[in-house]
Amino acid sequence: MGKNIILSVKNLDITFRTNAGKVHAIRGVDFELPTGKTLALVGESGSGKSVTMKAVAGLLDDNATVNNGEIFYRTGEENFIDLLKLSKKELRRKINGQQIAMVFQDPMTSLDPTMQIGSQITECMFLHKKISAAEAKEKAVELLKLVGITDPEKRMKNYPHQLSGGMRQRVVIAIALSCEPKILICDEPTTALDVTIQARILDLIQDIQTKMGLSVIYITHDLGVVAKVADFVNVMYAGKIIEKGTVDEIFYDPRHPYTWGLLSAMPDLETQDARLYSIPGSPPNLLHEPKGDAFAARNKFAMKIDEREEPPMFKISETHFAATWLLHPDAPKIELPKELRLRLARARKAADIL
Amino acid sequence: MSEPLLKVENLYQHFKVSRNFTVKAVNGVSFEIYPGETYGLVGESGSGKTTIGRSIIRLYDPTAGEIIFNHRKISGELDRKTRRMLRKNMQMIFQDPMSSLNPRKKIGDIIGEGLDIHGLYSSKKERNNIIGEILEKVGLSPAHAERYPHQFSGGQRQRVGIARALVMKPRLIIADECISALDVSIQAQVVNLMKDIQAQTQCAYLFIAHDLSMVKYISDRIGVLHLGYLVETGSTQEIFSNPVHPYTKSLLSAVPYPNPRVEKNRRPLLYDSSNVNYASATMKQVGDTHFALL
Repeated sequence: MGKNIILSVKNLDITFRTNAGKVHAIRGVDFELPTGKTLALVGESGSGKSVTMKAVAGLLDDNATVNNGEIFYRTGEENFIDLLKLSKKELRRKINGQQIAMVFQDPMTSLDPTMQIGSQITECMFLHKKISAAEAKEKAVELLKLVGITDPEKRMKNYPHQLSGGMRQRVVIAIALSCEPKILICDEPTTALDVTIQARILDLIQDIQTKMGLSVIYITHDLGVVAKVADFVNVMYAGKIIEKGTVDEIFYDPRHPYTWGLLSAMPDLETQDARLYSIPGSPPNLLHEPKGDAFAARNKFAMKIDEREEPPMFKISETHFAATWLLHPDAPKIELPKELRLRLARARKAADIL
Repeated sequence: MSEPLLKVENLYQHFKVSRNFTVKAVNGVSFEIYPGETYGLVGESGSGKTTIGRSIIRLYDPTAGEIIFNHRKISGELDRKTRRMLRKNMQMIFQDPMSSLNPRKKIGDIIGEGLDIHGLYSSKKERNNIIGEILEKVGLSPAHAERYPHQFSGGQRQRVGIARALVMKPRLIIADECISALDVSIQAQVVNLMKDIQAQTQCAYLFIAHDLSMVKYISDRIGVLHLGYLVETGSTQEIFSNPVHPYTKSLLSAVPYPNPRVEKNRRPLLYDSSNVNYASATMKQVGDTHFALL
């Protein structure tokens, strides 16, 4: 594990037992989170991004089995622990909230409707720290101020239903920050919010990140959000990471056909083509694990080998990797779809890269 | 320009919640939709965009104002003939394809229901042919008519929703957040499909959404709603290159661009809506087809 890495997931493999059979949801995921940086995990619903993060936070459902893998979390200069080796109790006491905190998508369901928000914020402090009631209250007010809630003393006595959606999400962030975690995992933190409020919440998280030196993981499918906040991007498909790189590499020089599809499915504000470049079909059902490359059936550049063998991660640069046979030295050269080529050219031009 | 297909004039939609509290969801909204064009309605949640769609198709009774569709007045009391014309020529696609399809009915019967009611076929064979054709048009196969909604994925279900609207050969389709519940890669498929269908059938869309980049891509003209008022309307070009109303400006500045180096240097404009008074403002012409509430 590199010196500057705070979290490292290695070869994670998870199955769920369901009535219909075993679902192989995570099929070997590797990634690293550098200290103080922001990593975005991108993919469609069912690609496994939330499950991966739940494994990190120790929140997996009971029907999940971790078949394989390690999740290393740095506890000191030279020390790190494997989170998967800890019992649920140890995780609760030492890791959750204190070291790794999570912000969920819908603030209405993650807040307790019968509790004043003040006590919801102090709850976690009492659990993890020896702290007096007065101190905790003072700290809660400070946190509310930090997340941009006006009149925090008064708000402490409010119930969630008295707040707007944006305010509620701010409270959830305040709760997550209450025990000064090192890692903040945001699972679609702004999907339920309007764009104007989304912009403010994202700015807020970035602000706090620099102030407190947090490392942040975003789970999202909105590439606009990724462009705004991320340093590194991992693209997930069918329980695997299929492309990873810095945010610039993913947006200006994507290599995997699935990433191409994701990028062009969301029109940029200059898109004027008659059609969007779209990926045909829908993601595979992991109840019946596909043979070969899971993306082959939707990939118009698929080759014979895609049906037989899964592509390994090909290295493009020190930080950029993609799992597609197209990068094999023997693969035929292909022409990018026109819509995509123009779009990438536009994006590079707007960003002043040639 | 030709005669508008739909003309909404001074539409008010208020909901009486209790004796002394009324929700004023829509206040004096006017706009037109021309045959074969796409009009996008955008705004934050609670701005009244869904309410407008539902008032137009008469799921609600408008409080005041006039709606003219296909040369007929469709606000106020409807006579039998007008109602039949409205139900046939205006269709709706809903947001959530799971809750808008009856789980106990086969796809064929869901799509065929409108045909049954309006008696648009002369034999069972013809009915099946129409349904099969429409299923093919939306990218499903005629054999799917025998299946139930739960046997389809989200994207396929939304295609069924589109097929149900299309089978009546409507002149106007109200698409209420019809892609928001779908995954990104599926959204592009559905939007491409909607565009193809418009090119073939010349139907008009009222496209209601909060995703501005998709609205920009699909719409010819756009209306921006805030707090139940139409604050700005104009061609897509006019709205995006020269927004006039401060709310529109703030809305556009908040949309994240999928371009990291550009996006990391943008700052959203803030708009304080706590003490705006739209009721006393009037619509002013600022461009060719461009109006703003100032």
